[in-house]
Parts: sequence; C-alpha cells; structure tokens
Amino acid sequence: MSEILERPVVTTAAASPLITMRDVHVRFVTRDRTVHAVNGVDLDLAAGEVLCILGESGSGKSVTMRALMKLLPRTAKVSGRIEVAGRDVTAMSEGELQDFRGSDVAMIFQEPMTALDPVFTIGRQIAETVQRHEGLSRAAAMARALELLELVQIPSARRRLEAYPHELSGGLRQRAMIAVALACKPKLLLADEPTTALDATVQIQVLLLLRKLQEQLGMGVVFVTHDLGVAGEIADRVAVMYAGRVVEEGPVGALMTGPLHPYPRGLLGATVHGGMRGQRLTTIPGAPPSLETVPVGCPFAPRCTEAEEVCTVGEIAPRRPVPGRMARCVHVPAE
Amino acid sequence: MLRRSESGLAGRWHADCVTRRMSAPLPFPEDRGGPAQPLLRLNGLKKHFPIRGGMFGATVATVRAVDGVSFAVRKGETLGIVGESGCGKSTTARLLMRLMDPDAGEMVFDGEGVGQDSQTGGIALKDYRRQVQMVFQDSYASLNPRLPIEDSIAFAPKVHGVSGPEARQRARELLAAVGLSPAQFARRYPHELSGGQRQRVNIARALALQPRLVLLDEPVSALDKSVEAQVLNLLMDLKEKFGLTYVFISHDLNVVQYISDRVLVMYLGQVAEQGPVDAIYDRPAHPYTQALLASRPSMDPTKRRTEPPLTGDPPNPINPPSGCRFRTRCPYAEAVCAERAPVAADLGAGHEAACHMALPGSGHSKAGRLAA
Ligand SMILES: Nc1ncnc2c1ncn2[C@@H]1O[C@H](COP(=O)(O)OP(=O)(O)OP(=O)(O)O)[C@@H](O)[C@H]1O
Ligand SMILES: Nc1ncnc2c1ncn2[C@@H]1O[C@H](COP(=O)(O)OP(=O)(O)O)[C@@H](O)[C@H]1O
Ligand code: SF4
Ligand SMILES: [Mg+2]
Ligand SMILES: [Mg+2]
Repeated sequence: MSEILERPVVTTAAASPLITMRDVHVRFVTRDRTVHAVNGVDLDLAAGEVLCILGESGSGKSVTMRALMKLLPRTAKVSGRIEVAGRDVTAMSEGELQDFRGSDVAMIFQEPMTALDPVFTIGRQIAETVQRHEGLSRAAAMARALELLELVQIPSARRRLEAYPHELSGGLRQRAMIAVALACKPKLLLADEPTTALDATVQIQVLLLLRKLQEQLGMGVVFVTHDLGVAGEIADRVAVMYAGRVVEEGPVGALMTGPLHPYPRGLLGATVHGGMRGQRLTTIPGAPPSLETVPVGCPFAPRCTEAEEVCTVGEIAPRRPVPGRMARCVHVPAE
Repeated sequence: MLRRSESGLAGRWHADCVTRRMSAPLPFPEDRGGPAQPLLRLNGLKKHFPIRGGMFGATVATVRAVDGVSFAVRKGETLGIVGESGCGKSTTARLLMRLMDPDAGEMVFDGEGVGQDSQTGGIALKDYRRQVQMVFQDSYASLNPRLPIEDSIAFAPKVHGVSGPEARQRARELLAAVGLSPAQFARRYPHELSGGQRQRVNIARALALQPRLVLLDEPVSALDKSVEAQVLNLLMDLKEKFGLTYVFISHDLNVVQYISDRVLVMYLGQVAEQGPVDAIYDRPAHPYTQALLASRPSMDPTKRRTEPPLTGDPPNPINPPSGCRFRTRCPYAEAVCAERAPVAADLGAGHEAACHMALPGSGHSKAGRLAA
C-alpha cells in the first residue's frame, strides 16, 4: 500500500482544533463603495472533520475560505482571529504563507483550470509541488505523482502523467486537481464548490472519492456548497451562512431534519425534491440585503415571516439549545 | 381578430385579456388540429457540426450533437428534457427555435410542416418563430444592456407592427404578470436587477408575442434555491393563465420531476428514454436513466452510499461508441450492444426506452424482461 495511505488516522477527540475563527470580518474597500462581505464569523473545525459551509450566492462562503488561507486581494480589510493548525494566519509573512499553502492547507476549486497550469503535464505539476515542499529527488517525486493519480482513481494513471490538463475530461481534470492538492498530505483541505460544474453521474463519483480520501488521510475538510444534497452526502457538520454571518450550525442530520433558524428552514422548504409534484413551492420572498452597509440585527429579518422588533435592533447572540447546535435567532431558546 | 373556441388556446388568451384588462395587440394564435394533435412533432432530427482543421480548413471530425431525435410535444403539457452536459439539449432547443436549420429530419407544428410552403400544408418560418419563444439560462446575456427592460419587452411586438404606445402598455402588463411592479421596474436597466428579477424579465419578453410554445433552457440553473422556487411557481402560474405549452430543459432531475408531465432523457445526441414523469422516475427502464436517478445526492445523511452508480465521464460526441452509445458505461452491456443500435422499445402508455434489454428478441440475455 502506498505511503500516503499509511498516515495514522487522527482521532478527533484528542487532537487540537484545526481551525479557530473568532469574530472574523472582511470588508472590501474601494473608492466607489465598501462591501461588508463577512460580518463576524466564528468557526471551529476539529482534525479529521468535514464541515460544509452552505449558503446562497454572495453570502460570503468563498471570502471566508480565502480568509483562512490569506488569499484575499489587497482591497480586503480583515479583522478577527484566524488560526489554522495552531498557527496565527493573520500574522504570517509571505514566505511562511508559501510554505503553509500546499503543505498544511490545500485548496480545490469549482474550475480546475484555475489551479492547474495549462502548459505543464499533470505529472510534472504534481512532482514539482512535492519537490518544492519536501525536497524529494525528481524520480521520487514522479513516483509520488503516479501514486497520487492512482489514489484519485484516474484510469491508466501512468499514461495520464504525460497528459496536459486540456486533454482530460471534466471529471478527470477535477481528480487531477485533487491529486495536486493532496501532493503534500495537507492536514486541511479547503474545497470551494469542487463538484458544482460536474455532471450528475460524475459529481457523485468525485464526492464519494473526496469522502473516502478524507477518511483514509484523516484530513479536516471545509467544503463550500449551495447544494443541500451535496452537504447531505459529505458533511459531518453544516454551517449556514447568510449575508456574511453564520446563522445556524449543527450536525448535518439534525440540521437537515430540523433546522432552528427561519432561513435554513425556508431554504429547505424552497428546495425542490422528489414527491413535491403538484404542490406549490414555499418561497422566501425578496432577496438578500445589499452588503454596502452592515446589516443591523438579524440579517434575515427583512425577509423573515417571524421577525419582531427585537430582531432588527442589536446583534443576536448565538443560542445553543442543545450541545453542538447553534442558531442566531431570538425565537430559539438560549439554553 | 381571431376568436376560436372559448376553451381553446385563443380563448384562454382572450378570456384572460378581458378579465385582467390586458391588451392583446397581436392576433391570437389559432389552434388548428384540436387537443389530440401534438403541438410539435419532430422526426429523425439531426444536427452535426463539422470541426475544421489542417491547412485548407478541411473537415477533420464531426460533432454529432443531435443524432436522430424524435419526439412530440403535446398541447398544454410540460415536456422535461434531461441529460448531462454536451448530450445535445441546447442544440435540440436551438433547432426547435429554428435558430439553426437541422441537417435532416422534419418538424411539424400543429399539423403544418415547419418551413414548408403553405400551399403544401406548411407554416412559414416567420409565423412559426412568433409562436415559439425561448428563455435562456444566462439571464444577462439575453437582454440588451442599453435598453430599459420595458423597451426590451416591447421590442419584438413593435417589429411585428404593434404601435409603440400599445407595445409599451403590453410590456407593463407583462411585467406585472411576472411579479415586477411596472412603476418600480419598467425603466430599469438589466444591470440594476438581480438574477431572479432578470429571469422574470426574460420570461415576460418571451410572452410578449403571445407564443403557444415556450422553450426554457436551464431557466433556473443560475438562480439561488430561494429564488428558483419563486420562478418555478411563476412558470406554473403563467402556464395556467395563458394556456402555454412548455419544453423545460434542465440537468436538475428534481426540478424536472417537479415541473414536467412527461420527460425525455438524452444521452450523446440521442433519446435514451421517454415517457410520463412517474414512469420515468418510478420505473426507469434504461440503465442510463437508472444511473442518472441514482446519482442524485441524498439530503439524508443516513442514506449515504459508498459506490457511485457509474464510473467515467460521458464519452465525446465526436466519435460516439458503435451500437448503443451508452454501452461503454453500461453495467449490462453485451456483444449485441456493440453490434447494433437499439431502437426505441414501446413499454406502453407512451413510455419508450432505447435499450436491447427492453426489446424482446434483440439477442441480449435479459431481453424482454423489462417489457411489461
Ligand atoms: N474582491 C472583491 N471585491 C469586492 N467585493 C467582493 C470581492 N470578492 C467578493 N466580494 C463580495 O463579497 C460578498 C461575498 O462574496 P463570496 O464570493 O464570498 O460569495 P459566495 O458565498 O462564495 O457566493 P457564490 O455562491 O456566488 O460563490 C459578495 O457580495 C461579493 O460581491
Ligand atoms: N456551434 C457548435 N459548433 C461545434 N460544436 C457544437 C456547437 N454547438 C454545440 N456543439 C457541441 O454539440 C454537443 C451538444 O451540445 P449542447 O446541445 O450545447 O449540449 P447540452 O445543452 O446538452 O449541454 C457538445 O459536444 C457541444 O460541444
Ligand atoms: S442496449 Fe446494451 S449497452 Fe445499451 S443500455 Fe441496453 S444493455 Fe446497456
Ligand atoms: Mg463562491
Ligand atoms: Mg445547454
């Protein structure tokens, strides 16, 4: 069995947290306007855990992920505490970041071509990543590349080492990107909608592959998606974002069957699934707020059928009615 | 002005315009063959795209985007078309719209050959195009960014000879019908709207010429779930209100199940299976349909599986496999599947599947077991 598979599986209970985010804010400030993309996010991830960040377009999912890797443009003003594997990301120098990205943390995207270089073969791209971070010989790095392509279940892996990204189908390209991301056995994998652009029969293959790799390698994973089904298939825990805030968080099963906050409740009701034929869909009226100002109170209040005056005045503190579950809604009992 | 039977299509438009005081600047489209005659019938439709290369631009390969597709759209129904990307859904839609000509095959609209001389029982392209309208996935690209939305909606009717004020009046009524208050939205430009609002404008624009058939190519795929539900409800309302017929293209199997009366499953430019929505979803006969349905992620984490229903990606439509096109991924493929392309087997009640297992006497060891 390949070396990469022999990594000891981390037991979640004993390990220190992989991610700690506290009161993280991200603003994009340009001459014309300010966008308050992330407005006080707290997130935790234990080693070996899979957290899905679920939310609609513009809710701040990708910005939160990029903040974790310090991958935001210069216009972004970031505040709050961000620690990954016990290290303060906000204080890292450019050199430390280079080392951190790719070895401790790796990221995969919806569009694999953003992560793959079109002018180099797949084998060379993986080998170079390995050489850069681990100082292996070229031959050893190529052997690792082959092992990785086999690990992500690319058929005829030896032949594919010589392939350029454009010569691969969508599903294979996605697998190749995953292989590059796993090249240095990261502790944490950040996945931003990596299966959204894939066809149904290919999406499920890649989801199951990611889940399997995560278990084999004992990685922590943060997986961004707007698809409830994808979360149901891969998550241990789910954090639902709305207008730059986490409005609810909890174990996937409990959250999907009994959401506490009116927004995820509305989202579940509005999501078409089997057996809804002939029924009128419940909708959430209106649209998410513009983020040019920070929403005061609950950001969902303008669209919420249960909103009261208290919802729109001050910040809604997190409520934890049962261990492991959190919702920011005044109707949820505090204990 | 044409007024046919009050219960027919023209009647519905008319009744609606009277009760809702909506103007109807164009003549109502006329129902010819009655309810039993399909609104649109396609026979053996083909569209191949040559890929040119080499020094003299010679054809080096052919994309068989649509390769012998036959189906009918019944009056008043919603026909869903599903399949993975590249299987030919959008090419089929563009052929239906006659945005391009088919290489082979015929199209019959309410009994009249599309593009044929009216003396030989045909309907001119110009008249056909007015009765068939389309809504695309990309809500932004399909609107003129320099026109206020009411002018975009009024544009086509004006081309068809409706006066400016009348066309604008109608545009405002349509905006109201799709849930956008004219006072608030009529003078806005596309970039001043959200994706869901723009898609409502596109729907209003598609209805401006009082079409009978509306082709919706991934109309909600770019929208968020909460907005998708609003637009799906709206589409259901408008269909009822205006007596429309829909062809609804999507890769989202749940949405197609929700909205369709009948469903067509495409694979590599051909129809794998078609039939009533319940037959397709409860008793899929084609192994591809079965795999596609089984690939849907489950919202229930207790129902996770460990093995995917299919391996590999859909092959390239440039060199499709011989015989059955699905055979390279099919778990049941046998020798006969490579030798001969299966014809559509009739499973009753309009349910058809193009698989040798469904064809008694085809030579497949499981042949005939599926036929009821
Ligand atoms: N570089 C940037 N400059 C200015 N605003 C930005 C920038 N990047 C993101 N934003 C804004 O921040 C907000 C959150 O964006 P983000 O990309 O995190 O959304 P998302 O939840 O990932 O959405 P999607 O599902 O569409 O990917 C949006 O309003 C977006 O327009
Ligand atoms: N104008 C064109 N020239 C060449 N190939 C095309 C053209 N339009 C579509 N195709 C090809 O035809 C096939 C079917 O495409 P399309 O109908 O867009 O599929 P779908 O809508 O199901 O994703 C694809 O392989 C696509 O690349
Ligand atoms: S014809 Fe053969 S290859 Fe095609 S779907 Fe049926 S069994 Fe599979
Ligand atoms: Mg994003
Ligand atoms: Mg398409």
